[in-house]
Amino acid sequence: MNFLESLRIAMRALIANKVRSLLTMLGIIIGVGAVIAMVGVGSGASASVTSRIQGLGSNLLTVSPGQSSSGGVKGGAGSSNTLTMSDVTKIQQQAQFVKAVAPSAGKSVQVVYDGANTSTTMTGTSQDYPSVRNITMATGRFFSQTDVQTGTRVAVVGPTVVQDLFGSSNVNIVGKTIKLDNVPFLVIGVTASQGSSGFFNADDMIYVPITTAQDRLIGNKYVRQIFLEATSANDMTAAQDEVTTILRRAHGLTGNTPSDFQITNQADILATMQGVTQSLTMLLGGIAAISLIVGGIGIMNIMLVSVTERTREIGIRKAIGAKESDILIQFLIEAVVLSALGGGIGIGLGYGGSLLASKLMSMQATVPPSTAAMAFGFSALIGIVFGVFPAKKASALNPIEALRYE
Amino acid sequence: MITLKDVSKIYQTGDVVVAALQGIDLQIEKGEFVAIMGPSGSGKSTTMNILGCLDTLTSGEYVLDGTNVAKASKSELAEVRNRKIGFVFQGFNLLPRTTALENVELPLIYAGVSGRERKKRSLDALESVGLGSRIDHKPKELSGGQQQRVAIARALVTSPSIILADEPTGNLDSRSSEDVMSIFQRLHAQGNTIVLVTHEPDIAQYTRRIVRFRDGKIEADEAVKDPRIAVAQ
Repeated sequence: MNFLESLRIAMRALIANKVRSLLTMLGIIIGVGAVIAMVGVGSGASASVTSRIQGLGSNLLTVSPGQSSSGGVKGGAGSSNTLTMSDVTKIQQQAQFVKAVAPSAGKSVQVVYDGANTSTTMTGTSQDYPSVRNITMATGRFFSQTDVQTGTRVAVVGPTVVQDLFGSSNVNIVGKTIKLDNVPFLVIGVTASQGSSGFFNADDMIYVPITTAQDRLIGNKYVRQIFLEATSANDMTAAQDEVTTILRRAHGLTGNTPSDFQITNQADILATMQGVTQSLTMLLGGIAAISLIVGGIGIMNIMLVSVTERTREIGIRKAIGAKESDILIQFLIEAVVLSALGGGIGIGLGYGGSLLASKLMSMQATVPPSTAAMAFGFSALIGIVFGVFPAKKASALNPIEALRYE
Repeated sequence: MITLKDVSKIYQTGDVVVAALQGIDLQIEKGEFVAIMGPSGSGKSTTMNILGCLDTLTSGEYVLDGTNVAKASKSELAEVRNRKIGFVFQGFNLLPRTTALENVELPLIYAGVSGRERKKRSLDALESVGLGSRIDHKPKELSGGQQQRVAIARALVTSPSIILADEPTGNLDSRSSEDVMSIFQRLHAQGNTIVLVTHEPDIAQYTRRIVRFRDGKIEADEAVKDPRIAVAQ
């Protein structure tokens, strides 16, 4: 007997018991659906974390000052004033694996324009800041190297600042003069909205040339942070080592003296975050896989009932010439069709679930086709594994006794 | 042609040993119409199961069409049942929820006969038992007599060497019984070999030869003088 005939016979038996077949499939449907949804949401969460971290700047390294220490009492990290513009210049000149350098020194300022006022963060930086921190302009321009060298009073504002000052972010502010802590600045550009990422809101920010900031707003020459862009993702560690060497030499640190600065590597943060989301995905996927196995046991259970119920049918089939292998294949196909069909429906539901999660949690949940194929294959395998026992039982029935079965 | 030579069948359940058949010798020629009779426990059902290759013998020889099937494997027996034997049971044993045509097609499916040929032969078989107009009916939409005729069509469709009927009229009223017997008589006239197990002497009178069993042995084996002619209604 050929495979197609076996499939036809199996389908007929399943259709004859529609409700039961559907309920039996439910275990597999839920199991596969859960696996797909978990993987989708997990990879979506992972992608969203990655994109947020990468939104801070690509191949980003951050140099912060070390702890301050006065009389043996140590302050927090970044509390000392060990970084200067000369460090920035040295990195620019000597480091090979660094593509761009942007210093930053900032403070909280009061912004006033024509009677309206708001409070925001002023960041003094250089012309390379947009490229290092992935900032794009909505209107106008960022300040130039000349602006930084000559210390002009120009400012680039974030959309949130415009919103706070004018009650709408659609107002053209370029060319107008605002006052930061009573110092007048000419607005030359507005940055494009980046969205907030955690505590850091890049939109609620005013950028001015670092020289102007140091002279007119902060009142000292220290640099709070230096942002570095490595030449490529593979050069992150090399750049980190290189900058460490340059800065230690510049600060006159030798031997085992601890560094008076620290470098944070974006790739490390990324790896840690991805590790966390991956473990969570594995955990949830594992739980879902267990429910798949439970679904398989459900199939075995119903197949055993079905074999007992159809003992007489099996007897008839054997009497008119069905071989043991024919009966075995027939029941095996029934189990596999149940589990594979359940797997198919589960994949559909899982996709739907992860799409819904994407909408609700505003992220891009993606299910790789390979995962869907694996879930489908796995559910079919479960059909075979849990179908073999009932099918064996059916094929081994003695035809005489089976025919007498009432 | 069927030859049983010194066939014994011993059942053993725990300590209880039952000798269902004790050295049976029986020969049935091609084209014969034989009734096997006997009280219950006489061994007639066991003989039927052995002839139908549903059961194996404890000792002896069973030669069917020149082949000794006593030593055949389960899978070979399934093939012999499919090709050479057509069963008709007392309880009809049709598959429920399956049309008459599909029931008749079943043995051909297992024989690997392809779609169109299968349908043609099944239709012919149903035609020959007078059910050509009811091929799409399911068993529960048919009367007992009609169901048994579907079962006969199913037994016929593979052109078997022998048709084995186990109490084929046991569940039928006398009118349907005569119908069924008329079909068997016609099949016999066409040259088919038919073995029929029954405990009704009336039914046995429609055949040409009666073999009587008692206590696992053949008690009598005689030709029917003056067989009855069944008339289809």
